[in-house]
Amino acid sequence: MNDINANNIIEVKNLVKEFKGLRAVDDITFSVKENEIFGFLGPNGAGKTTTINIICTLLSKTSGEVTLGGYNVARERNKIRNCIGMVFQDPSLDDRLTALENLYFHGLLYNIPRSALKERSEEVLKMVNLSSRKNNLVMTYSGGMKRRLEIARGLLHYPKILFLDEPTLGLDPQTRNKIWDYIIKLKKSKNITIFLTSHYMEETEICDRIAIIDEGKIIALDTPDNLKNTIGGDIITILSEENVKLKKYIKEITGSDVHDAKEGEIRFEIKDSSSFIPKFIKNSPVKILSISARKPTLNDVFLDLTGREIREENASARDNLRMRMRGRMRH
Amino acid sequence: MKKELIGVYTIWLRDIKRYFRDRPRIIASFAQPILFLFVLGTGIASSFSTFGGGSGGDFLNFMFPGIVGMTVLFTSFFSAMSIVWDREFGFLREVLVTPISRTSIVVGKLLGGSTIAMIQGAIILLFSPLLKIPITFVIFFKIIGIMFLVAMTIATLGIVLASVIKSMQAFQVITNFLLMPMFFLSGALFPLNNTVKWMNVVAKINPLSYGIDAMRFAMLNNPAFQLYPLWLDIVVLASVTVVMSILGSFLFGRQD
Repeated sequence: MNDINANNIIEVKNLVKEFKGLRAVDDITFSVKENEIFGFLGPNGAGKTTTINIICTLLSKTSGEVTLGGYNVARERNKIRNCIGMVFQDPSLDDRLTALENLYFHGLLYNIPRSALKERSEEVLKMVNLSSRKNNLVMTYSGGMKRRLEIARGLLHYPKILFLDEPTLGLDPQTRNKIWDYIIKLKKSKNITIFLTSHYMEETEICDRIAIIDEGKIIALDTPDNLKNTIGGDIITILSEENVKLKKYIKEITGSDVHDAKEGEIRFEIKDSSSFIPKFIKNSPVKILSISARKPTLNDVFLDLTGREIREENASARDNLRMRMRGRMRH
Repeated sequence: MKKELIGVYTIWLRDIKRYFRDRPRIIASFAQPILFLFVLGTGIASSFSTFGGGSGGDFLNFMFPGIVGMTVLFTSFFSAMSIVWDREFGFLREVLVTPISRTSIVVGKLLGGSTIAMIQGAIILLFSPLLKIPITFVIFFKIIGIMFLVAMTIATLGIVLASVIKSMQAFQVITNFLLMPMFFLSGALFPLNNTVKWMNVVAKINPLSYGIDAMRFAMLNNPAFQLYPLWLDIVVLASVTVVMSILGSFLFGRQD
């Protein structure tokens, strides 16, 4: 986790961010390699967006070192701004402008020569399949189209790193899948580093490496497969007539910890579930009402590490406002 | 430097484009001034005879520059304040990660808001023939100049407030407790030289009263309506603008 490597495009060391005494980011250290997809996974309020905002110069840090492409975030902001593309959690398009105009303004702000700007706009629009709608006002776009346009805009100035903060938040599952398709396609077609955050566990599986973040701390950082391998095999959930007795029995025969799961079920991990289950049902001292086995997911990894599931936290006043604004903007 | 100028231009152009696309807003912007001028103004003017103060014939003329000032006030203030929600939830967030300085963003926003306020004010000037206020070419350009200065003053004030207050709820509060008093105590609706003393004091520290004064000078040139010499109006407005825009870009540029 701490290795200094020439291929690291982002280096974060002992980063701390406090808001009025509250530690939103609590001493985190990690690095992102060039051309990888790096994911931040964690519940709302874990500190994902705060960290991203510090890396992309929108927020000051309380302490720690952050460099991007060799530039220091505190001192060389404009150099960093020049080489990053950003897709925010909240829509940041101007919906009274057309897609082309949004791109045009973006290009002007990045000082892209006008002659090249037109060609590049067409190129990125084509990539996200919006060419046919380029002259429509953004207010006529669906949520998914807006997201795609934002991704296109983030790529317009050929950034070295593209940040995607909850790129699928508020979208329906089908559209979410499509957005991930674009991101995978992007990764294949361009030499670009992608840094994304999500609180949808299954979506971060496309990442090369994932940092699981909770309450401002990184609690695990590895490839998705390695993270899942930390769980000792398959996950078994059981509904029985007498949980306490059964828990004790399972502990005896398997040696693994048994946890309470949702709706009165219990769960535990076992190496080879297909040969375990028949034997288990036959010998169980308690009547089994239902039993299921599945491969571990990142959700299980998070559960294993924190003892709770990633869930929607209670919305703060600011989140409520944000939802209202989003509603207004997506009409 | 060129990059920053392009940045200012981009922010300005975006505001202007949005404005011209928002037809309902342009049409709605007529409603309030018409209400004030032709309903409230006519009503008050005709009440003068009831309370025994002559015909009130000049009152509408007196009020007209005030209504133009009101339009400029509200337009420039709200367009500057939009920097708040735009920053938290909108387009401006995008601009903040581009390699454009915070000062250029503020300047672009000030110029955009002021240009729109100037256009809105100029639209109200179309009513001048109805009040038989002659507006020649020269007067028109004088008014445009003053409108721009007033708009800049108010917009810088808006930016300073927007940078300090970052919640949506505060907008209502500001409208009720700052903007309305500023308007009422600016001499837009009634002359300030014959009012009670406290009003006079408040009017003196209200930058808008200097703007209304200058506007009235340019439109009517009636010494009876003048509070201050024109140079003083301009000096006050310009100084407030300079101080507030420096303060505004500093506050806006602060990182959290």
